[in-house]
Amino acid sequence: MAKLTVVDVTLRDGNHTVRQQFSPELMSKIATALEASGVDMIEVGHGDGTGGSSIHVGRTVAPDSQLLQAVVSSVKRARVAIFLIPGFGTMVDLQQAYDLGVTVARVACHCTEADITEQHIQLARKLNMLAVGYLISFGMAPPERIAEEAKKMESYGAQYVNLADSQGYLVPHQVKEYIAAVQDAVKIPVGFHAHNNLGLAIGNSLAAVEAGAAYVDGSLKGFGGGAGNAQTETLIAALKRGGFPTEVDLFGILDAAATLVAEINKYPHLANVPMPTVDNDSIMMGYACVYGGYVLPIKRAAQEYGCDPRELVLRLGARKVVATQEDVVIEEARRLAGMA
Amino acid sequence: MAKLSVAILGSGNIGTDLMYKVRRSTLLELQLVAGIDPTSEGLALARKLGYETCTDGIEGILRNGKIKLVFDATSARTHLDHAPRLKAAGIIAVDLTPAAVGPGVIPVVNLQQHSTEPNVNLVSCGAQATVPIVAAINRISPVQYAETVSTIASRSAGPGTRHNIDEFTRTTARSVSDIGGAKQSKSIIVLNPAEPPIIMRNTVYAVVDQSADEKSIRDSVMAMAENIKSYVPGYKITVEPFLDGDHITTCIEVIGAGDYLATYAGNLDIITAAAINVAERYAETLSQERMAVNG
Repeated sequence: MAKLTVVDVTLRDGNHTVRQQFSPELMSKIATALEASGVDMIEVGHGDGTGGSSIHVGRTVAPDSQLLQAVVSSVKRARVAIFLIPGFGTMVDLQQAYDLGVTVARVACHCTEADITEQHIQLARKLNMLAVGYLISFGMAPPERIAEEAKKMESYGAQYVNLADSQGYLVPHQVKEYIAAVQDAVKIPVGFHAHNNLGLAIGNSLAAVEAGAAYVDGSLKGFGGGAGNAQTETLIAALKRGGFPTEVDLFGILDAAATLVAEINKYPHLANVPMPTVDNDSIMMGYACVYGGYVLPIKRAAQEYGCDPRELVLRLGARKVVATQEDVVIEEARRLAGMA
Repeated sequence: MAKLSVAILGSGNIGTDLMYKVRRSTLLELQLVAGIDPTSEGLALARKLGYETCTDGIEGILRNGKIKLVFDATSARTHLDHAPRLKAAGIIAVDLTPAAVGPGVIPVVNLQQHSTEPNVNLVSCGAQATVPIVAAINRISPVQYAETVSTIASRSAGPGTRHNIDEFTRTTARSVSDIGGAKQSKSIIVLNPAEPPIIMRNTVYAVVDQSADEKSIRDSVMAMAENIKSYVPGYKITVEPFLDGDHITTCIEVIGAGDYLATYAGNLDIITAAAINVAERYAETLSQERMAVNG
C-alpha cells in the first residue's frame, strides 16, 4: 500500500472555530507540537485560505505573511501548506507564500469549477511547490462529475487531488464510491477532508483510506468549520487500530492536542470559544448540505433577526449556497424576519 | 441628429448582446458586425437582422471607412493588437476585454474625465456593479477600505473569465480604489453553479468614519443607483446601506435585460449596457462638435 500522509489543518480550517483569531504566537507553538508528533504537512491561514481575511468572512488577527512566517520559522522537517481559493486569494498571495517558505499549495474551488484553478496550479508547479487540486463540497455533484473535475486539475499539473466533504453530508459508502470514481479517472493520488456534522468524520476518513486515499486531513480537537473536522488525534488512533499505520506518533499527537487546549486557555477571548460539537444546528447543516463555514453566521443572523436557525439552514440548502456566500445568510434571515 | 456609425468586433455572447442594444439605440447606427468564424451564431443572427457582417475581424472594420467607434468584444490578447490599429485609423475603441489599454471607465462615476479618450476600457462586470456604490459613499464620507463581493452564475462565466480569474479579481480591486476612491480595497468573485442559475449579486462593504451620517450615505447610494438604472434597468439595491460595526453594508442584484443573454446574466448585461452608454455619450459629444463647427 502507498504511504499514507496525514495533513493537519488545525491552523487553517480550525481558524473558523475561533473566528480567525489564531495569533502568530499560538500558531508557532501548535506547529512545533505537530512537527514533534511526526505530522508531515501543516496547513496554515485564514479558514477560507490565504487572501481570505476580509469583512465578508472575517478578518485574521495578523496579515497572512505574519501567520505563515510564524509557522515556517517554527518547523524544520514538516512541509507548510496554504489553502487558496482563486477569486479570493490571488497569484500575488501565492507567490508571497512561496517567498516566505511555504512548499505546498492546495488550490481550492467549488467542486464543479475546476477550471478557475488552472493559473494557480500552474504557478505552484512553476515554483516547484507541491501543487494540490482541492474540490470543495464534492457531495453536491455526482461522482462522475467529480471525476471529470479532478481530471481537469490533473491536466493543469496537480500532483494530488483532495476531496472535501465540506458539509459533512456524506456517509461512508458514498465516500468510497467517490474516491473510487476519481481514482479510476486520474493517475495522481487522491486525498480526503471530512467534516463531522453527522458524526462520521472519522468513519468517513477510514472509508476513504480503505478505498485507497493516500492523503487524509485532520484537525486537533476537531477544530474546523461547523461541527469540525476529523479530530487528528482520534484519526491517528483509529488508523492504527484499523491497520493503516502513519508516521505520526499517537502520544505525540495527543500532546499536540493538549498543547492546543493549553494555548487557547491563555487567551481570554479564545478560552470562551465553544469547541466544535455535533449540535442541532450542525446536524441540520449536514442534513441540508450547507457549507460548515456558515454555522456561526447562521447563528448570529438567526439571533439578530429573531428567526429559527433550522428554517434558515433549509432555505440556504434550497438556494444551494456555495462557500463564501456569507452575505446570503443575512439576506435570507432578513427575509425570514420580514425585513426585506 | 445623425447617428454615430459603430461596429461590433467579436460575434460571441457579448458581441451579440451588444448588437441588440445598439439596435435599440437612437444615437448609434450599426454598420458592421465583424467576426472570424463564418459559422458563428452571432454572425448568422446579424445577417438575419439585416446587418453587414465580415469574417476577417478587424480587417473588415478598417476597410469599411465609415465606422467612427468600435466595441471590442474579443479577448485581451487580440485587443492589444487591435488598439493601435484602430487608433491610427482614428476610430474610437470601447474595449470590453480585460486588456486595459485605455483608462477604466464606469459611466456614472468618471466618464466625464475620459470623454475625449480614443480608447476606454470597461474594467469588469464586478467593477461596473460595485464601484459606483463605493464612489457614492466616498463622496459623503471618505472610504478607508472597501471590499466588494460579486457572485455570478457559473453558466454566465465564459472561458475568458474562468481562465483569467486572477486578473478579474485584481483589476476589479484596483478600480475600487482608483475609480471608486477607497484608500484600500479588496475584491472577491464567487462562481455559483446553482440551477436554475442565480442572478448576479454583489455586496459592498465600506469602512467609514464613525461620525459618518448613515442617512446621507443612504441617500447618496440610492441616487447613484437611480443613475445606473437609467442604462441598466435591472440594477437593484436589495439591502439598502446600513451601518454594521465599522462599515456600511450594501447588497445589489443585477437582473439582465435579456436581450440576447439570459436575464440571470446581469453581470454580462451591466457591462454591455455600460459600453452602449459610453458610446452614446461619444455620439452626443461628436454631434455637438459638428454643430459647433457648422456654426
